[in-house]
Amino acid sequence: MKYNSVFDIIGPVMIGPSSSHTAGAARIGLAARNLFGKEPTWARIHLYGSFAKTYKGHGTDFALAGGLLGFKPDDPRMSKALDVAEERGLKVEFIEDSAKTEHPNTARLIIGKDEESMELVGISIGGGKVEVTELNGFELRLSGNHPAILIMHNDRFGAIASVTKILAKHEINIGHMEVNRKDVGKEALMVIEVDQNVEDDILKELENADHIIRISKIVS
Amino acid sequence: MFRTVAELVEMAEKDNIQISEVMIRQEMDVKNRTREEVFADMEKNLEVMEKAIEDSLKGVQSVTGLTGGDAVKIQSYMKEKTPLSGHLMLDAVSKAMGTNEVNAAMGTICATPTAGSAGVVPGTLFAVKNQLNPTREQMIRYLFTSGAFGFVVANNAFISGAAGGCQAEVGSAGAMASAAIVEMAGGTPQQSAEAFAITLKNMLGLVCDPVAGLVEVPCVKRNAAGSSLAIVSADLALANVTSRIPCDEVIGAMYRIGKQMPSSLRETGEGGLADTPTGRLLKEKIFGLTV
Repeated sequence: MKYNSVFDIIGPVMIGPSSSHTAGAARIGLAARNLFGKEPTWARIHLYGSFAKTYKGHGTDFALAGGLLGFKPDDPRMSKALDVAEERGLKVEFIEDSAKTEHPNTARLIIGKDEESMELVGISIGGGKVEVTELNGFELRLSGNHPAILIMHNDRFGAIASVTKILAKHEINIGHMEVNRKDVGKEALMVIEVDQNVEDDILKELENADHIIRISKIVS
Repeated sequence: MFRTVAELVEMAEKDNIQISEVMIRQEMDVKNRTREEVFADMEKNLEVMEKAIEDSLKGVQSVTGLTGGDAVKIQSYMKEKTPLSGHLMLDAVSKAMGTNEVNAAMGTICATPTAGSAGVVPGTLFAVKNQLNPTREQMIRYLFTSGAFGFVVANNAFISGAAGGCQAEVGSAGAMASAAIVEMAGGTPQQSAEAFAITLKNMLGLVCDPVAGLVEVPCVKRNAAGSSLAIVSADLALANVTSRIPCDEVIGAMYRIGKQMPSSLRETGEGGLADTPTGRLLKEKIFGLTV
């Protein structure tokens, strides 16, 4: 089911004016920051559908920037996020994109720092709840409301088993898992939603497992 | 886990417990948390709601100047005159509108189920409270009951204006509130379901057409519609009036209507009131000034 907690319905506590366009947008930005693992220095954000039509009035722009800066939806600095971004050296550009998307509230974030960049598509499905539907060209379904680890790996025998073995050893329960690859034998992405936050030493262990390229995590 | 209102009511009746209790037990179970933790989190939400209402009664104004100050006007009117719709009704309306004025002014609110509809559940709660004199625990339970019904809507239809129009937002909020009022007033789980169905039926087809795309006009006043209807439906259900169309089927109808709604009427700020001469003029004025 899309929603599994009463606090998805009664909540979140947030800075107005719109749960989809402000709180949800902030959560998409925050998910992108968490996955990138650091504060980006630039962001190009494509807005689609209702996001593109109404982002100025709803503060979708400052909310996305606020998320990238690490602000939660109830952060009182939210409405000043664009100023804070400038102070901290995060350059944000918004593009109203007329391309049709499946969901009316869709944003594509391309963010980067130095040589590194990341591309993510997020949708705001209502009441402040969001899903990440694409990451660096991989399709996925990630709520950002649960702790999760994302593992870029080579599509080889045993890559998945080596990861789940480590998680089992540390008694980490998997709530949802999916694997996507671009082509047989090429790069693949494992998305694992877990019940508790994964400690850094476990991540280190996972990083050293066979066929693993890169790991990022979302803390809920 | 319950998926439908029918299942929710059945679970309550089987164990002879309230709807709120079904929701609390499910939350504890799914999230592996204690009753105390779940209650404490909900109480925080209640405190945010209370604070937003207090703030609104001091008078707030949005950045655009489109909304703000109406809650204060209504409260003074209530002191000077005898309101035709009754004191409790108008009190709920003023607190619902006030909460949404705070939201439009970028204040802190609790989304119930969304920000645009955030006034309805707290507005009715803090008005009904003066007549029913609930304990703090009963007030927190009010939010769990609202949440239980909203949970079904969110999983079977939608709760955002962009996805399903205002019927999905203020419609759901009003219906959730009416179910919670029934429980607080001592009604049965089935009566809560009837109240929910009656409110949502009267909100079907309501479009989301915000002027300039802002959560201000008509959102603030639609919270008045949601909260007043919630109280009327609760009274109907408590009087044993039932809905001819079962609750889950009403939610299904809301879903299909939302699917058929053109995108111009789903929070894009392109149709309906947004596309009136005055709506267009306001948009020009606001964005002409701020961009």
